Amino acid sequence: MSAVQEALPAVRSSRDATVRRFALTDAIFHATTRAAAILVLVLLGGVAISLVAGSWQALSTFGFSFLTTESWNPVTEKFGALAPIYGTIITSAIAILIAVPLGIGIAIFLTELCPRPLRRPIGMAVELLAGIPSIIYGIWGLFVLAPFLQTTVQPFIISVFHGIPGLNGLFAGPPYGIGLLTSAMILAIMILPFITSITKDVFDTVPSVLKESAYGIGCTTWEVTRRVVIPYTRIGIMGGIMLALGRALGETMAVTFVIGNAHRISTSLFAPATTISATIANEFTEAVGDLYTSSLVALGLILFVITFLILAIARYMLMRIDARTGA
Amino acid sequence: MSTAASLHQSRKRKNGVMMTLCVVAAGIGLAWLALILGALLYKGLAGVSFSVFTEMTPPPGDAGGLLNAIYGSIVMTIIGIIVGTPIGVLAGTYMAEYGRFSKLTTVVRFINDILLSAPSIIIGLFVYELMVRPMGHFSAIAGAVALAILVIPVVVRTTEDMLNLVPNALREAGTAIGAPRWVVIRSVAYRAALSGIVTGILLAIARISGETAPLLFTALNNQFWSSNLNAPMASLPVTIFQFALSPYEEWQQLAWTGALIITLTVLALSIFARSLTGRREDK
Repeated sequence: MSAVQEALPAVRSSRDATVRRFALTDAIFHATTRAAAILVLVLLGGVAISLVAGSWQALSTFGFSFLTTESWNPVTEKFGALAPIYGTIITSAIAILIAVPLGIGIAIFLTELCPRPLRRPIGMAVELLAGIPSIIYGIWGLFVLAPFLQTTVQPFIISVFHGIPGLNGLFAGPPYGIGLLTSAMILAIMILPFITSITKDVFDTVPSVLKESAYGIGCTTWEVTRRVVIPYTRIGIMGGIMLALGRALGETMAVTFVIGNAHRISTSLFAPATTISATIANEFTEAVGDLYTSSLVALGLILFVITFLILAIARYMLMRIDARTGA
Repeated sequence: MSTAASLHQSRKRKNGVMMTLCVVAAGIGLAWLALILGALLYKGLAGVSFSVFTEMTPPPGDAGGLLNAIYGSIVMTIIGIIVGTPIGVLAGTYMAEYGRFSKLTTVVRFINDILLSAPSIIIGLFVYELMVRPMGHFSAIAGAVALAILVIPVVVRTTEDMLNLVPNALREAGTAIGAPRWVVIRSVAYRAALSGIVTGILLAIARISGETAPLLFTALNNQFWSSNLNAPMASLPVTIFQFALSPYEEWQQLAWTGALIITLTVLALSIFARSLTGRREDK
């Protein structure tokens, strides 16, 4: 009895020590994880700061005209970003035009038409397309797609549109195989899986009751999709498209292979051109002179700002649909 | 009556047309995948031989292998994973455990999602400004850091998602027997979410093993064997890029073979990663 009472303070103090030690280690772990989370923010901040710092020389030399000048001349050190910006926007826009109907079509197929046992394998195959590194699309585009377009498709299109005013400018010139349209097609394949899987995911969030009641009053599958599913998931689909657009704008290697790297703006979709990322990839290691390098970093800054805005809008839209489904 | 019947007919026809188009879209998607994989197998297999894995990248017009490029890719990928994974897991832990309802988590999640899809060439420029310019030369370690930065958002995302799936009752049971929070996280939450977190790491490996753009002006390239982390190092993707755009047939063949190696690695990794989580869902 008395022995136990004598031992109590010792037990209590060792327990207190343990609790204190636990509290300390917990605080350390808490602080470490918090620091890691903050590091993610620091990374993005660091990217922004380093790009601004690196492009400062070019931006202060050329000012606003950097954005509106077409010329890109390393010899005279006159640099303007208009041609790469034009190429980036045109290729991404065409890619979106090709990939969005295809992606939504595949999503409808997967959610409404596909036999159940095939759903997972096909869905997975489409997602595997997303995992293939962009350099593979590039090498395929350069050695398989471009020669095919050059020898078969482009001569045909050029001859068809030859006499039509307005359109003949769009499809003019010698069929190089590489150029704006080829890049856009490669980009379309690359962003297709993103659009498909996001569209499929948001289609799955539509409550069955909504679809069943539409079927119940006699709607066809297309009418249910067009009038119920797509309106219900509009924000999610838009978010997916914006996300894919962000990818397309920043995609580098695949485009570098097939764009042709020509710093000029031409109306023909068959003409070689360049994009922001392709210019950086092609010229950065060869750039001599601080102004040249700085101009390339400035291109990177423009790309960063554009994709940041697009991706932020995309995430905001997808967050709204998440909030609605409570996911 | 006849207008109703014809309306019914036209609606059915429209449905048929649209649904056919959807099937065609799926067919195009799958055919495209088949075309790419087919070309890759056809052109890549033609160059597969033992020497690919035992010899160095050749000078133009010579036969050779890809050994130094494969080695460089593996080294930089491993360092990238070793550096990036702990940061990603810890940040994901904060977001799902300590700070699940904090404002910081919302902001970090938003920024992380943007980093996840940010153009990788931008990360290359960042690391160039951060490391290559101050150091004065290209280096394998700079390439590895660029890859690590690409790993972080992937791992953060999957870690957070997987920890959020762990039922709170498990955590409460741990806390109820007196375990401090970090022990609960380590011994209960991590253990329950392990396969998901591993999936995230595998997907991150799959992502960075094919990345070219961030290596172009960080690790650069090296035609010779180099295990010096402070010097330029060859990597499979950059070698493919250089060889594919060259006019030499031997180089182009090696590029196809390298492309096949990368694709098979990446596909195997992502299928394996998916099978890990797939089993989870079945349980």
